[in-house]
Amino acid sequence: MDEAAHPRVVLVTGVARDLAGRVVRRLAEDPSIERVIGVDLVPPKHPMGRGEYVRADVRSPLLARLITQAGVDTVVHMGVIATPRDAGGRVVQKDINVLGTMQLMAACQKSASVRRVVVKSTAGVYGSSPRDPAVFTEEMTAKQLPRSGFPHDSMEAESYVRGLSRRRPDIDITMLRMANVIGPSIRTVLTDYFRMPVLPVPFGQQGRLQFLHEDDAVAAVVHATSGPVVGTVNVAGDGVLSLGQAIALSRRPWLPVVTGAGGLSLWATRRLGWAALPADHLAFLSYGRVIDTQRMRKELGFAPAYTTRGAFESFLAARRAGDRPEQQPVEEGQ
Amino acid sequence: MSGVRESDLEQAVMVLIKGLRAAGAATGLVGDELDESVAQTLAFLRRRLTGDYTVDEFGYDADFTEHVALPLLRPLYRSWFRVEVRGIENLPAEGGGLVVANHSGTIAIDSLMTQLAVHDETPGHRSLRMLGADLVFASPMVGPVARKTGSTLATSADAQRLLDEGHLVGVWPEGFKGVGKLYKDRYRLQRFGRGGFVAAALRAEVPIIPCSIVGAEEVAPMLANAAPLARLLGLPYFPVTPTFPWLGPLGLLPLPSKWLIEFGAPIRTDDRGEGASEDPAVVFEISDRVRETIQHTLYNLLRDRRSVFF
Repeated sequence: MDEAAHPRVVLVTGVARDLAGRVVRRLAEDPSIERVIGVDLVPPKHPMGRGEYVRADVRSPLLARLITQAGVDTVVHMGVIATPRDAGGRVVQKDINVLGTMQLMAACQKSASVRRVVVKSTAGVYGSSPRDPAVFTEEMTAKQLPRSGFPHDSMEAESYVRGLSRRRPDIDITMLRMANVIGPSIRTVLTDYFRMPVLPVPFGQQGRLQFLHEDDAVAAVVHATSGPVVGTVNVAGDGVLSLGQAIALSRRPWLPVVTGAGGLSLWATRRLGWAALPADHLAFLSYGRVIDTQRMRKELGFAPAYTTRGAFESFLAARRAGDRPEQQPVEEGQ
Repeated sequence: MSGVRESDLEQAVMVLIKGLRAAGAATGLVGDELDESVAQTLAFLRRRLTGDYTVDEFGYDADFTEHVALPLLRPLYRSWFRVEVRGIENLPAEGGGLVVANHSGTIAIDSLMTQLAVHDETPGHRSLRMLGADLVFASPMVGPVARKTGSTLATSADAQRLLDEGHLVGVWPEGFKGVGKLYKDRYRLQRFGRGGFVAAALRAEVPIIPCSIVGAEEVAPMLANAAPLARLLGLPYFPVTPTFPWLGPLGLLPLPSKWLIEFGAPIRTDDRGEGASEDPAVVFEISDRVRETIQHTLYNLLRDRRSVFF
């Protein structure tokens, strides 16, 4: 990319959560960037270095004014929330995810200063089903599209990003479809799952899991703010773990559970707290999902430091050490 | 797990080793060979328990396939069906290739035997990666085992990827129409569909190897298809054979028919020029040629086979 594309004023959304907070800190360490502005509804509990916190709702028109006043040239959208718990309910979650992205993209469209938009999305948009190809490239869409929850929100959010790229072809857009983010400090539905004393597994199924280490997730976003513009790109650690393998690595006992309604499954879900596992995660554990990362390597020029197995082992090491992330702010990813 | 005392664990391992030695001795292994095989089994179990093995992006688990699946199938292949393989030299020693075979036998055991034939008879012990129907991957137990042993969904995306990576890919284009046909239609090839497999081979510019399988038709002769029952269970067909469902699960035991598997001369796809994979005329021509070759070879092989069981 040419010199002109180097960010000067960056706006990051969703900074109350850990990943976005770390992106702000990393950007703030770069002396060539004049200002890093972090917005969220809740003030971040973690330090943001040189980054400035502005309390703002991505859904409000205030944001458009902020972008204009500060002369923001790069917008990093990380304000899509994975679990209802983190947002304070499913309704609010959907509101922030879908309407928030819509408003933010509209603000970018109207702005004269914005030249680049980086969006953190999820590989969850590909869904997980036995009827889909083993490996998804960026051009593919799932046969069975996610119909609810966070993956569905992400699909809608992505459609607003695509809308922006159609209406403002002069704005460079990089949308990162990340595999499930995992690591020592992030807390997601999946890390909660692997912290259970007994792991309930879908009867007779074993998904292929792919992970992205939290450090790599941060690095990928930072890289995308100044790296080549690639449009939509999958981001994941190398390699694949089967669910059985992940369970073996985690050294925890497991219990097969028949999914769907039924005496045993109901009993087990209550007993083991599996009720917290949304349908899309069940599908992920059952059938898995693998994304192709050729474009990430060749076009985006990004190489994750951790493999899928390495990322998972890094999470397990932290789990064994017992430093539960309660003191850490709750985080997104999935 | 932490409640288990070290000595208990040691004892359990000793019992396991004794059991393995007894099992090995029963199959006729002695001395060093026995020790070696017990050690290998223990090493395998350790890898499984600690997750110390690799699964590729399609879910293929070479460790499991070579140490569990194929050894389990081998007695069936050698002693039960007495599989005779012809034309193994027609398979490429390395690089991509598409093996296209006829499908039959009510239970799709022909793909497993073909996989074993390719593995055991090729000099490099090549692994055959197979394309299967979505029903396979949706089924509990069956789905994960299918992926572990090298199957993936029959879509052009997966076929393309495997061929581009230089794998030997097996496809049974008749699908359920082939396995679920009645015994009276045996050795009569069903429709080959739209020839998606040909397009994949053309794009990857890999040879197509026609493969004709004789013997699978007789493992469970399907006398009738209980279609209403199949609809009720969401299955493509519900077989009624001389033994199934009358004998229950025992009725699934395959009959010991004599098998012949012949790999035909490879058909080149790299000389068709740019855009051939999108040309329906080219695709259908090759698809027909493959189908004709298999059908003819089937008739020849049937003439060669003295009887169904010998």
